[in-house]
Parts: sequence; C-alpha cells; structure tokens
Amino acid sequence: MKITRKAFLRIAGGSVLAAGAGKLVKAISDVAPPPAAVSGSKSTAEGGRATTQRWGMAIDFEKCRKGCDDCIRACRLAHNVPRIPDSAHEVKWIWEEPYEKVFPSQRTDYGRQDLAGSQLPVLCNHCADPPCVRVCPTQATWKRDDGIVMMDYHRCIGCRYCMVACPYGSRSFNWFDPRPYIKPLNSQLPTRTKGVVEKCNFCEERLADGLLPACVEACPQKALVFGNLNDKDSAVRQTLRARYAVQRQPELGTEPSVFYLV
Amino acid sequence: MRDRLLIFSGLFLFVALVTFPMWQGIAAKTSTRGPDVQLPANQKACVAPRSYMRAAHMQLLIDWREGAVREHRSRYTAYDGKSYKVSLTNTCLSQCHGSKEKFCDRCHSYVSLSAPYCWDCHQDSSSTAATMASATSAGRTP
Repeated sequence: MKITRKAFLRIAGGSVLAAGAGKLVKAISDVAPPPAAVSGSKSTAEGGRATTQRWGMAIDFEKCRKGCDDCIRACRLAHNVPRIPDSAHEVKWIWEEPYEKVFPSQRTDYGRQDLAGSQLPVLCNHCADPPCVRVCPTQATWKRDDGIVMMDYHRCIGCRYCMVACPYGSRSFNWFDPRPYIKPLNSQLPTRTKGVVEKCNFCEERLADGLLPACVEACPQKALVFGNLNDKDSAVRQTLRARYAVQRQPELGTEPSVFYLV
Repeated sequence: MRDRLLIFSGLFLFVALVTFPMWQGIAAKTSTRGPDVQLPANQKACVAPRSYMRAAHMQLLIDWREGAVREHRSRYTAYDGKSYKVSLTNTCLSQCHGSKEKFCDRCHSYVSLSAPYCWDCHQDSSSTAATMASATSAGRTP
C-alpha cells in the first residue's frame, strides 16, 4: 500500500495531537488531585509531622534545685558536648546563667530578692522568628516545620554571623578540635569539628524516636516540661495555662519557644 | 632508506619512554594488584549493587546526609527492599564494614585520594578507644 503525502501528514499530525492531549490530561490531574487524596495524604504521608507542630519547653524555676546539673550532664552525654574549661572557647548546649543575665530587663533593686544571683538553665530558644537563620549565608541553619532551629554542620562555613545575630548567646564556635574534651566520648554519635558553630537541637533525633529530650528526661524534679506548643492539650500548654510564664527578651520579637515559669 | 637505523631507534626510544610507567609497574609488581580491602564477613549485599557503590558511594552518602539532616529521612530502602537506618557510623561501619582503616582508607590511599573529612565529626567506632587514649595522654591545652 502506498501512502500519499497527504495521508502521511494527516497521520503524523493526528499522532502529535494524541500525545499532546495525553500529556495535557496528566498535567491537569497533577495540578488538581481529587479532594479525597489531599485529605488522606496530609495525615498519613507526613506521619504526624505536619506544620501544626511546634516543639517548646517550659522551665519551672520553683522546682529547679540549686547545684543540680543533671540536665547539663545528660545533654553532654546525649550529644558528645565537650567540656572546655576556658570560658572563651566554651561549647554550650544547655548551661547555667545568673538570673540577671537571663532576664536583664527584669533587674530591679526591689524585685524578688530570692531570685537575685540564682542560676537558671538556659538553652537555644528555638525562636519562631530566628535571627540566626536569617543571617546564615549558606543555609546551614534553618527552621524546621516543627519549630526546631537545626544546624547542618556539613554546610556550616564557620563565619559566626549566627552567633552575632543570636541575642541569647545560644551558639558556640569550635575554635579547635573538641574531641579531646569530650568525656566520656560516645562512639555511636558524631562529634563536631574545628570551625563549625553548634547549639542545642532539642534532641531532634530522640524526638524522631518518640523520646523526650535528654535534659527533660534527666531532671529529677521534673522542672523541664516539653511538648507541642500548638496542641492545646500538651503537657507544656497545660503548664503554661496554669502558671505565669515569661520568655527571654520577648521585646526582640524572636518569639522563643522556651518559657520560664517564675 | 638510508635513515632506517635512525628512524627505528627513534621510534623504539619513543615507545619505550611512553610505556615506561607500565614497565615500571610490572617490574615493581604493583600495577595489577588492587587495593587490599577487607570485605564484611557477615554480609553479602550492600545498600546498592556493588558496581554502583564502587562508582557512586560518595553520591549515595551525600543523598543520605541531605535526607537525614535536612529532610527528616532517617531510613533508606535499598534496591532489594531491605530497610536501613541512615547512619555512617552505626549502619555502614558497625553493621557491615567494621573498620574505616581496613575498608575506606585502603581503597582511598590506593587511588591516592586525600581523605574525605567525614571522619572529622563522624566516628569510626573501632578506633574510638585509641582516640580517647591519645587524648588523655596528650596535653589538655588547645
């Protein structure tokens, strides 16, 4: 059978149209999936890690005992945090600060005298609007959808802009190899290296396994309450409802996720 | 053909010079010997086929890294359907390869590759004891 030029053109044109129509149908169905698929995937595919989550902590000052550093020691063990005696080179995830430094605006001569000079545990506030994230030139630090301000040590170039930006001093720079100062060294966990900035990560690896952060678990007084700030029935929200709570320097607009019950 | 001797000796010299590294390798019995890598004794399959791991393990490790650190992906499903926890120290080394020195380093040094900086932070669990010992004996000042 001989195909005329006219017939050939007709067949070729028809094939192109058919292929194009198929692609078009597929593109349209990708853009607008059926409504049942949307509601189904939101809850199952993300495994409860939807944007409705915001991890937060409440620190009960009344329960925190003087001289106890169980939370700090638990953190060191859980993350291979070095203990460097020189305060200029210190690496801090959760540590103690005097009350006047934690709440500089509340320092008065006639305030609660019992609070003066007492030590409070402080850690990264995992701010809702973290200034450290905004200044990082390599996106080595970023805010996750569950509110945790994360560090990617692989991407950190050690410029320390984030340290300048953080109003709470929650970030530490590794001026030298921290490994000799990590005791005991947990060989299952990574350490950090010289030239990167590190900080508290709210024990995101423990949260992924359904565990509480190491400091919260270690506190013998249960002074640290942890939970989802966006869930009104969570332990932390119940605590915050019942007691008067303050954030560190809320006037800066960083919206910390760590609250202090005073 | 008066220059035959000159031409052939020149050609011979050229070929000898060009192939010199090969002859040297044969004489030193190094060119045909591959790296002496210690393979895992208890495992037969890696997370990807051997040929892929040989050529692209660095890409796989980078994908693991990006997934685990930045995208909450803590598990990896291998080509054979097996699921692995994404961890250089706890999966690659502890479960199979055992020692960085006898696996990674032997091949890397064979191809004269400068060591990747994975190990500045991630730990080779087999050598941790040695690191701690040297840390205690060395001075505490930075």
